[in-house]
Amino acid sequence: MATLRFTQNIQRHVACPTREVEGGTLADVLEGYFRVHEQARGYVLDDQGKLRQHMTAFINGSQMRDRDQLSDPVPPDAVVDLVQALSGG
Amino acid sequence: MSTRCHVATRKGLFTLDRGASGWSIGQVAFVGDNCTLVMHDARSGDLIAALNHGHFGIKMHRSKDGGANWSEIATPQYPAKPADYTPKAAPLEGKASDWSLKLVWALAPGGVDESGVVWCGTLPGGLFRSEDGGDSWSLNRPLWDDPLREEWFGGGADYPGIHSVCVDPRDARHVTVGVSCGGVWTTRNGGETWQLGGRGMRAEFMPPERAFEPNAQDPHLVAQCPANPDVLWVQHHNGIFKSTNAATSWTEISDVKPSTFGFAVAVHPHDADTAWFIPAVKDEKRYPMDGQVVVNRTRDGGETFETLTEGLPQSHAYDLVYRHALDVDETGDRLAFGSTTGSLWLSENGGGSWQTLAAHLPPIYAVRFEKARL
Repeated sequence: MATLRFTQNIQRHVACPTREVEGGTLADVLEGYFRVHEQARGYVLDDQGKLRQHMTAFINGSQMRDRDQLSDPVPPDAVVDLVQALSGG
Repeated sequence: MSTRCHVATRKGLFTLDRGASGWSIGQVAFVGDNCTLVMHDARSGDLIAALNHGHFGIKMHRSKDGGANWSEIATPQYPAKPADYTPKAAPLEGKASDWSLKLVWALAPGGVDESGVVWCGTLPGGLFRSEDGGDSWSLNRPLWDDPLREEWFGGGADYPGIHSVCVDPRDARHVTVGVSCGGVWTTRNGGETWQLGGRGMRAEFMPPERAFEPNAQDPHLVAQCPANPDVLWVQHHNGIFKSTNAATSWTEISDVKPSTFGFAVAVHPHDADTAWFIPAVKDEKRYPMDGQVVVNRTRDGGETFETLTEGLPQSHAYDLVYRHALDVDETGDRLAFGSTTGSLWLSENGGGSWQTLAAHLPPIYAVRFEKARL
């Protein structure tokens, strides 16, 4: 199972504890997580199910590539980090 | 007379109360977060706040205890775009709007006989309705699916949007909405069908032969007189317009000094001939003429205007007032407005004189009095 970790910045809005999740792609892993933590979905994905513009994922330290379908493969025992661009004012 | 005023800003929601010694900031909520709009529901006492968390999207919160505690509620959600549907490109942007929420731009309670109904206007071009005080929302499909909706375009923003929702106090099924840019639309049956009613509005920014096209108009804000709902005032991108026939046709009011450009307008709740505007230099510069913050008031239906200055800064003030940042209470005596540079002014005599309530707030997006419960 992959381990999914979230940026600390999201935690003040919605609790996103680190969890182990089944799934062969990034989309599967996120869906598995949101099934347990539904409220987190809208903070990570927009209303069309797309990854929010200023968020990205790293899979075992490598940045994801497919922002449209989230089809990047997630190896067993991978560590997936959901992070945000640091911008704004 | 209202004794409470909510101020939505770039860095939180501030609530001012009038005590024995005057107005002061009481509650502060969401400090540090971008609070783009707030609504007080006089029927229930509920408050609804719209937040834009940037990275994490737009969220709505509701308070049922006057702002002491807040809970997240549902956010309007656009439907999935049908796979076989290719949306038409907007005329100025050259591309179609996303079917995805960009901004909550209008919040208005439904009628007194519609407990729980709340209207929500959004970017891009959406009108949502809740029947449970914000626990769920549904997109008004008749307006969204109107072919003319795809011809709307952004006015300053990258997307067109609905910023004004006026519910007729006589009949809550009669709703008027303002669109930048897409004119003024009206329904008489609660949103089942819509009519575009902007005859007489003039868009200087369009090619001359299309200047009067109703669907190309940029009303910055539409304000309806509660006591005479057939009268509506519009602060438009290129001037001031008034309708006396429920938005069917409009008359332009010109030659108002120092300027007819601006964003905000408020109409007296009991006197349709009295309205307030906050003029600015048009249109790409957008600051008070000569660095002087003034309020323009008409009390004769737009025949004449007074420029009110008492208590307002008259030199080197560059405060712009956004469309939702002016409000009048249920008596018509108390008004308040806030600026992009964090100043907040209040009048207790219909605009005759003003007091500065704050000078260092974050940029102010919306000012809303808590009006008496119905």
